[in-house]
Amino acid sequence: MQRQVALIKQSLFDQGYLDEQFIELEELQDDANPNFVEEVATLYFKDSARLISNIEQALERGSFDFNRLDNYMHQFKGSSTSIGASKVKTECTMFREYCRVGNAEGFLTIPYLRRVQMFEDFQATEERARNVEKEA
Amino acid sequence: MLNPGQGRGPDSGVAGGSSNSDPFPAGLRVLVVDDDPTCLMILERMLRTCLYRVTKCNRAEIALSLLRKNKNGFDIVISDVHMPDMDGFKLLEHVGLEMDLPVIMMSADDSKAVVLKGVTHGAVDYLIKPVRIEALKNIWQHVVRKKRNEWNVSEHSGSVEETGQREDGDNNSSSANNEGSWRGSRKRKEEEVDEQGGDDKEDTSSLKKPRVVWSVELHQQFVAAVNQLGVDKAVPKKILEMMNVPGLTRENVASHLQKYRIYLRRLGGVSQHQGNMNHSFMTGQDPSFGPLSTLNGFDLQALAAAGQLPAQSLAHLQAAGLARPPSLTKPGMSVDQRSIFSFENPKIRHGQMMNSGGGGNKQMNLLHGVPMGMEPRQFTGGGQMRVQQQQQQLSGGRAVGQNVQSSGMMMPVGGGPSMLQQQQQVMLSSSVPRRSETSSSSRVLPAAATTQSVVFNNFSSELPRNSFPLASAPGISVSYQEEVNSSDAKGGAGFGNPSYDIFNDYPQQHNNNNDWDLQNIGMVFNSHQDTTTASAAFSSSSSTQRQRAEHVQNHHQQQQLPSQSRNHMNGGGSVRVKSERVAETVTCPPATTLFQEQYNQEDLMSALLKQEGLPLVDNEFDFDGYSFDNIPV
Repeated sequence: MQRQVALIKQSLFDQGYLDEQFIELEELQDDANPNFVEEVATLYFKDSARLISNIEQALERGSFDFNRLDNYMHQFKGSSTSIGASKVKTECTMFREYCRVGNAEGFLTIPYLRRVQMFEDFQATEERARNVEKEA
Repeated sequence: MLNPGQGRGPDSGVAGGSSNSDPFPAGLRVLVVDDDPTCLMILERMLRTCLYRVTKCNRAEIALSLLRKNKNGFDIVISDVHMPDMDGFKLLEHVGLEMDLPVIMMSADDSKAVVLKGVTHGAVDYLIKPVRIEALKNIWQHVVRKKRNEWNVSEHSGSVEETGQREDGDNNSSSANNEGSWRGSRKRKEEEVDEQGGDDKEDTSSLKKPRVVWSVELHQQFVAAVNQLGVDKAVPKKILEMMNVPGLTRENVASHLQKYRIYLRRLGGVSQHQGNMNHSFMTGQDPSFGPLSTLNGFDLQALAAAGQLPAQSLAHLQAAGLARPPSLTKPGMSVDQRSIFSFENPKIRHGQMMNSGGGGNKQMNLLHGVPMGMEPRQFTGGGQMRVQQQQQQLSGGRAVGQNVQSSGMMMPVGGGPSMLQQQQQVMLSSSVPRRSETSSSSRVLPAAATTQSVVFNNFSSELPRNSFPLASAPGISVSYQEEVNSSDAKGGAGFGNPSYDIFNDYPQQHNNNNDWDLQNIGMVFNSHQDTTTASAAFSSSSSTQRQRAEHVQNHHQQQQLPSQSRNHMNGGGSVRVKSERVAETVTCPPATTLFQEQYNQEDLMSALLKQEGLPLVDNEFDFDGYSFDNIPV
């Protein structure tokens, strides 16, 4: 069971979803705070889900408010960075570049979608890992 | 443990407690503000791991009210830059002004512009997300540094009792074994501070005195009060009462008065007891700047001496530092500092300087280079000092040009209005640094009265007065702290101040500074440009300097202060001086000092100047090559 978790986790690292920051977080976990990583991850998912939905809303409207989008992305990037979700962070950066350029098409391009998808993948994987852990 | 007399840090010097009685920095009370809950949670966890006492907050408004409610409830604040309800920099300013706590900025954004903004707004540090625990382990240094500087300030302006009290407090704390004792000792210190500040108008019970930025207006008020009372008779208490400025403490006034007296002395060539020149020029922002700052301070003097305006201030500064009319010959030292500073914060300074104005930019940049990067608040004071130092150093025959430059840089840091003042001074001093021309006698520049105000404007109470051995003015610590590290000084806003353009914007300066003769400054710069050789001739007679001053184009014909030439030297040589200065600063054999004889050895400044004097003689600095354009920004 633990091996499964370890494997899943390793794959996340290998695929570049997670970076060393995540390891830092793991190191913060100890006996006094046994569920730290889980708590943080949960918080992150919740918060980023909110951010993503904000972003999607902003994109749905006819005109893009680049500033707002940039703000959202900055926030998203910040929390992704803090938790070690490096791929998401990269996508956020790209997205923000589009924002800066004011590139409407850029928003709707693959990077964004890909990012969202990556994020969802990541989320799903994390969930799986955690569930596995719980069952363990 | 925060006893300044003992230097910084707890005995243990280790985060997370110590085997000694002093558990510091464990128990450090941190307030962390971030709208990102993930980040907030992670930070809290990390800080707790460092054994700090953490309070987290996701809104700036809440954070501010928390801070206001518990004035002494926190030691340090960590804040995110981008927050929805309030800009992180705004929060930074508020905290700095109201509570005078060190603030660390953090962000996922690592662009230079933002980091610079942190510095100019006075943040003591700037962390890039993801924040790692190692970065948090050492944040206590900012707390200690700040306290240390505050103590130094009050030390200089206070009495022996203060020291005694502090020591007692510290002794007491050392016997304790836990956080409680640390807090207890802190409390004791606070009580001591309270006692000392008992007669202040405002709340002096807080150990963390609100930072006082000696803005133009404030300084004018101060000068008016002093003049009314009589310079020699003015006492901090009365001045404070007359000024009637809320939030100003007696200590602030006292230290400012000390500097002012030094400045006046310098201008008037009267040797009086000079204030202690703090060696730590720079406050927390960049400890490495400490020694440099002192140099810069000298440069300032030199510059001041060189310039017409600064002449007075320089005189004061120099006199203060050297216990005699400052000789411009020693700007050399300051040059290094300045140049170093400038190099260290080239972007900051130049950027800021650029804003100040067109014509003066070049020169300004040079001068500003150094201090700009620092906290404006601290800078203001420091800037002046630097100029003086530079000037003095210049007189030493060192790269005067450089000094000028650096002093120039220093000046602007002080923040808008004060910067102007500094600039003026710098300008004046820049003209002085002309090495070949400046003479040791430049010390006693006829100093325009206006420079005085200029000089002092920059002194902010926060400036680390500790180091300013050379310059008579108390060491100006440009704390940077404001953020990036120091982050730029709180007055950071001052940088972009167009008023910096001394040359082009005298009227502006005038407005800011009625008392100052901005024109002088302009002239200084002009002369600065004129002088191409910063030969060690600083030791040259003041008359030479005067001549240089005359070269100054400009706006006014103020006193041709030898310091002008010095200033010039300082400015020009900054680039080169840097390396030289550093070395020289450290090891100038007194014997070679040109102007040695000119300086009294009594004060640190003179000692420093002596050292500096050596190199100045050498014509090491070739001003020809140093145009302000060359200043690496």
